Amino acid sequence: MTAGTVTPYRTGEQAGRDGFAQLLRAEWTKFRTVRGWVIGTVVAALVTAGIGLLAAGTTTSSCQSASSSSGGPTRTGSACGAAAFPVGPGGVPVDDSFYFVRQPLTGNGSITVQVTSLTGLLPPANPNLQAGPNGPADTRPGLVPWAKAGLIIKNGTSQGSAYAAMMVTGDHGVRMQDNYTNDTAGQPGAVSPASPRWLRLTRSGDTITGYDSADGTHWTQVGTVHLAGLSSTVQAGLFATSPAYTVVSQGFGGGSNGSSLPSQATAVFDHVGRSGTWPGGRWTGDYIGAGDASGTGGYHQAGDRFTVTGSGDIAPVIAGSGNEGDPDATLTNYLVGSFAGLIAVIVVATMFITAEYRRGLIRVTLTASPRRGRVLAAKALVIGSVTFVAGLVAAAAAVIFGAQLSRHKGTYVFPASWATELRVIAGAAALLAVAAVLALALGTVLRRSAAAVTLVIVVIVLPYIMGVASVLPASASDWLLRITPAAAFAILQAAPQYPQVTAVYTPTSGYFPLAPWAGLAVLCAYAALALSLAVVLLRRRDA
Amino acid sequence: MSQALPAGRPGLSGVRRVEVTGMRDALHAEWTKLRTVSGPAWLLVGTIVLTVAVSAAATAAVKCPSGIACPVDTPKLSLTGIEFGQAVVAILAVLVISGEYSTGMIRITLTAMPRRSAVLAAKAVLVAGLVLAAGTIAVGGSVLAGRVILPGHGFTAGRGFPLLSVADGPTLRAAAGSVLYLALIALLSLGIAAAVRDSAVAIGVVLGLLYLSPIIVSVVSGDPVWYHRLERYAPMSAGLTIQDTIGLRGLAISPWGGLGVLAAWAAAALLAGGLLLRRRDA
Repeated sequence: MTAGTVTPYRTGEQAGRDGFAQLLRAEWTKFRTVRGWVIGTVVAALVTAGIGLLAAGTTTSSCQSASSSSGGPTRTGSACGAAAFPVGPGGVPVDDSFYFVRQPLTGNGSITVQVTSLTGLLPPANPNLQAGPNGPADTRPGLVPWAKAGLIIKNGTSQGSAYAAMMVTGDHGVRMQDNYTNDTAGQPGAVSPASPRWLRLTRSGDTITGYDSADGTHWTQVGTVHLAGLSSTVQAGLFATSPAYTVVSQGFGGGSNGSSLPSQATAVFDHVGRSGTWPGGRWTGDYIGAGDASGTGGYHQAGDRFTVTGSGDIAPVIAGSGNEGDPDATLTNYLVGSFAGLIAVIVVATMFITAEYRRGLIRVTLTASPRRGRVLAAKALVIGSVTFVAGLVAAAAAVIFGAQLSRHKGTYVFPASWATELRVIAGAAALLAVAAVLALALGTVLRRSAAAVTLVIVVIVLPYIMGVASVLPASASDWLLRITPAAAFAILQAAPQYPQVTAVYTPTSGYFPLAPWAGLAVLCAYAALALSLAVVLLRRRDA
Repeated sequence: MSQALPAGRPGLSGVRRVEVTGMRDALHAEWTKLRTVSGPAWLLVGTIVLTVAVSAAATAAVKCPSGIACPVDTPKLSLTGIEFGQAVVAILAVLVISGEYSTGMIRITLTAMPRRSAVLAAKAVLVAGLVLAAGTIAVGGSVLAGRVILPGHGFTAGRGFPLLSVADGPTLRAAAGSVLYLALIALLSLGIAAAVRDSAVAIGVVLGLLYLSPIIVSVVSGDPVWYHRLERYAPMSAGLTIQDTIGLRGLAISPWGGLGVLAAWAAAALLAGGLLLRRRDA
């Protein structure tokens, strides 16, 4: 027996590292070696893309089917119905039809006018009566909220050209609008002979400044706009137009319905004053966008007093407001499959944790890596990343091929900037990924697959269904899409909503009550909350 | 499943004579299993609470201001909660069979009761019976909530909205049909769970089958052919037509026809589940 210190036994093997990278690798190995989960993720991607393409493929333009059934020549592309909108300077499809009393203006200058009245005609309250032989007689006096008349400086008379305008409106006071999508508020209140409005537009280079005044002496600047590429000679003058009268029904029994019929606006102008070089010498009145059958209008001059009547609108075209025969689509339509993908993703993500509880693997996992919060973080990172990649591929395929298929079928696809396209594709992927993390967290909290899967599906998918296909009024379904995790579908909205255009903005036609990123943030907040709760419970409870 | 099922409810000892030996034992065994865990009872309570709460909330959210014609189907509105309640019913039905697979109990069950179709039939009878009972309470509560709330929101008898009452033919059809709807959803879920076995996958398939159709319908509405097909043959869209009391001519399928479509789905799911249960090892 030798005296001395006793050396405890040590294994010759190196101790395994327990860094976060190892944890991630362990979780990734678990994920990829369970065949059902991999299949589930692939199924999620396939249904996301597949249903999107189905939606694109089943919407057929009526003019195409009508011509093919009658054996006549097949019209395609821009010859087919609504497929030809004028395009504004920003690249958006626009509505550009109004009555224009104009003169050319060369170089810098300004035009000032007093508006003393704005009146109009609305379609009959009961549209069915309109079928009578003397249609216009059935109309009734009244103004649509965005009936507009005032001054406009426009880069030529072609539809879609750049412009800036100062106007009085039916319900929204004085406005300055330019290039179809921009709108700035001026003085509030309606115009009348007792309270007239003075408007002024000043051109300096390619900058146009708008002013309004109640008395013609004290002026307030409303806004300044730069119209890129404005030619030296522009058309300037008076205009009047009135958008279609849209009745948005309360949304009883299956979403809001809108019906649109043409309306008319008449404005009386006085004290027309000009400065600068006006080489034309006399006023010309004509209808911009006369191809539009609804366009009616004219003007009457008595000394300095002009009466201008017009119908139409100067505004962006709203997606989803097209006629039944001429379907239009936004990129949102092709992402409808994300609902199906979502359900598959939720199932896989929930099982990613509940299967461990069922098989008892969770005890091995937590023994190997006692820091439980990090285990859950690794799981969330793995399932989130995998889902994001699968969703990205599927959404990109659905959007790119869906839009091509739609165009091929004669459907007008609303153009979107590359930034918007990127946002909806990445947004759809992020939606799936965050939903997967939420499902993982709730699976950890509940430890039971069926309850967790149902809870996540019910809180994400059902509020949307209540919004698009239920008997709830629009206000109630709006709130559902604000405060529930279903708010995240706002990230899929491709077409912007314009407050200066009256239309039916519903989830069915691709409009959501929250801004895109705000909507996704709501889902992220729910996921973060659930994840924190899951970490706390995972630490406290015995596995 | 061709054998005649006993007419009596489990636990009612009044039924003595059972034509097929074993069926009564199967029912008794399944009833004991359901009764002695707390899950099913809570899920039934959850079905009732969620259905009534959502129905009442939806009804309270709708107002009919004076001077405006409100084309509202008030019986259907007051039964909105069924769309949520069915999810809880689906959990219950799925767990009745998937729960046994996850714990391994199914092997004991099938050892004790080798006639597998009898096991599934007993489960189907019990789940349908329980859901019918809970559904009756849930629908009754929803109609009652509608009866209390609607008159205060402008839906008065003077404006063509008589007080909701199951004595009224169409309302009775909507209410009783909703109870049957829930039972059929339970049978559909049970059949799918028997075929799929895993609870998470089964509930995913059931809820996908139910909830995806209204979403896809809203997107393909530009195509009348597909719209019609989906409205007619999707289980939830077709089945819930039983709740419609106005505008019946505009429906893609008649109310009872729609419930029949759902019944066909449930029968097909049970048949597929039963066949797979017989063929496969547990």
